[in-house]
Amino acid sequence: MKNKNLKALLFLLPAILFLGVFMVYPLIDVLIYSFEEGYNSASQSFFGVGAYNYSYVLHDTYFLQALKNTFIIVIITVPVSTLLALLISLGLSSIKPLRNLFQTVYFLPYVTNTLAVGLVFMILFKKTAYTDGLVNMIIKMFGSGPIDFIDGPYWAKMFVMCFYTVWVVLPFKILILTSALASVKEDYYKAAKIDGTPKFRTFYKITIPMISPMIFYLVITGFIGAFKAYSDEVAIFGTDLNAAGMNTVVGYIYDMLYGDSGGYPSYASAAAILLFLIVFTVTVINLMISKKKTVY
Amino acid sequence: MKKSTSKQATKIRKADSVLMKTVVYIMLGIWALIVLFPFYWMVLSSLKSYSAYSSEFTPKFITLEPTLDNYRSAFTEVPLGGYFINTVFFTLATTALMLFVTIFAAYAFARIDFKGKNLIFSLFLALMMIPNELVIITNFVTVTNLGLRNTFSGLILPSVASVFYIYLLKENFEQIPDELYRAAKVDGTSDLKYLFKVMIPVCRPTIVTVIILKVIECWNSYVWPRLITDDPAYFLVSNGIQAIRESGFGRENVPAMMAAVVVISVPLIVLFLIFRKKIMEGVSRGGTKG
Repeated sequence: MKNKNLKALLFLLPAILFLGVFMVYPLIDVLIYSFEEGYNSASQSFFGVGAYNYSYVLHDTYFLQALKNTFIIVIITVPVSTLLALLISLGLSSIKPLRNLFQTVYFLPYVTNTLAVGLVFMILFKKTAYTDGLVNMIIKMFGSGPIDFIDGPYWAKMFVMCFYTVWVVLPFKILILTSALASVKEDYYKAAKIDGTPKFRTFYKITIPMISPMIFYLVITGFIGAFKAYSDEVAIFGTDLNAAGMNTVVGYIYDMLYGDSGGYPSYASAAAILLFLIVFTVTVINLMISKKKTVY
Repeated sequence: MKKSTSKQATKIRKADSVLMKTVVYIMLGIWALIVLFPFYWMVLSSLKSYSAYSSEFTPKFITLEPTLDNYRSAFTEVPLGGYFINTVFFTLATTALMLFVTIFAAYAFARIDFKGKNLIFSLFLALMMIPNELVIITNFVTVTNLGLRNTFSGLILPSVASVFYIYLLKENFEQIPDELYRAAKVDGTSDLKYLFKVMIPVCRPTIVTVIILKVIECWNSYVWPRLITDDPAYFLVSNGIQAIRESGFGRENVPAMMAAVVVISVPLIVLFLIFRKKIMEGVSRGGTKG
């Protein structure tokens, strides 16, 4: 028996070591940081313990802006992407020819580098001195003036942001929903057909309940992912997100940690814990709703 | 009479379903276009010469004089080749180390009866809920204090252990019947030999899945490399593209930027087209994005 314990320890040692140093210790440390007031990263000293860091972060206009942006992104992209994914998956499962081709195409954004393709999106939407950009060209055809999507009005920027986010997150959702739809038993549909049930009713009474666990799974992971939005923003608006007014909470954390405005791990920690609390609360609420509504 | 109306009804229903199908195809086609267009645009722009690109007030959808000059400048004017090699090395090293850690941990949880196994496993699972953003702050400080900024160890080490992959592999290892293990034990096979001769070959599909997911994650990683490197000699492609965008080829040389974007995107797309089934299966089993 002893021999076995030793062996297990040996096998687990690398994992425990890595997780201990890079996950467990940081977890405790981040809590401590967040309550240390006036922490100085050069001398590694601080002069008090309390909630000052939290109050600083909550009164920082950059944080409030980031929080607002993050919430808008979450509220727009999660429902839009989930609905769109549902529509596309329904379309996909109703056809046979070309289905594989479409599926392959739809999955492409998943395997591309967000930073790289974000640059293409920026080019498509950007208005510069010598060109209005492709999107503006199309808008012009409908008789509207050019809009500066990258450096212009807030909602134009937010539109690009949400559009790109949806573009990036859809592949995963389509993939999950198509396989969920494929796993609904054919018998149910046959029975409904024999009973002469209208298509819409079949969809509402059979399809949706059968795939509801997967929809909730996507909504929950979608919320979590959207709250952590950051690299997509950098991809479109560059690293100085505060200047663009498009920062997110995660972006705020990194800015506090590093870069021109960095060097404040305590503020970063406080913001990170606030974000964690928000995500945690939203996830718990989601789980509670899904328990009530889902049919298993 | 009755027969003919029912015939007519089927005809109408058929026409209806043809119409439905057409609408579905058009819808799917539009979304496919939206997905593909940025890829088309980046390849197209990368083939236009700088002067041709800048003289187009209205962007053109084709180019009659394709040039590879931009690809040349992508590799000569900015250290794209270096970013590329860095990323390949980072991806391979991280994935290899991750596999080593994951396989041994999964084996211990699946096959060895040791004291406190359930407790330790539950603790591992609890770690799965911890978001990266929470631990990255201390990791940044740790790595900085260890003097590992701008080194590959600093880049690689924090992303080696992944509880989720351990969990995935452990579940798979447990599906292999116990009898096989006991028989091997009776024959005097060591755990290590059993692991390498039986478990790993049998669970190859899951291991391949884990490798694929990790490779995608590594190739696209941006946040941690950005925090931990400010020396371009250690940039990965994501940071490289960001550096190129902010100070690369003179601010407005879009065609050269697009050439760099193409170069960065191609490896994963090729990988995807080769292992399409495997990748989609793997992602639906254990992937998320973001």
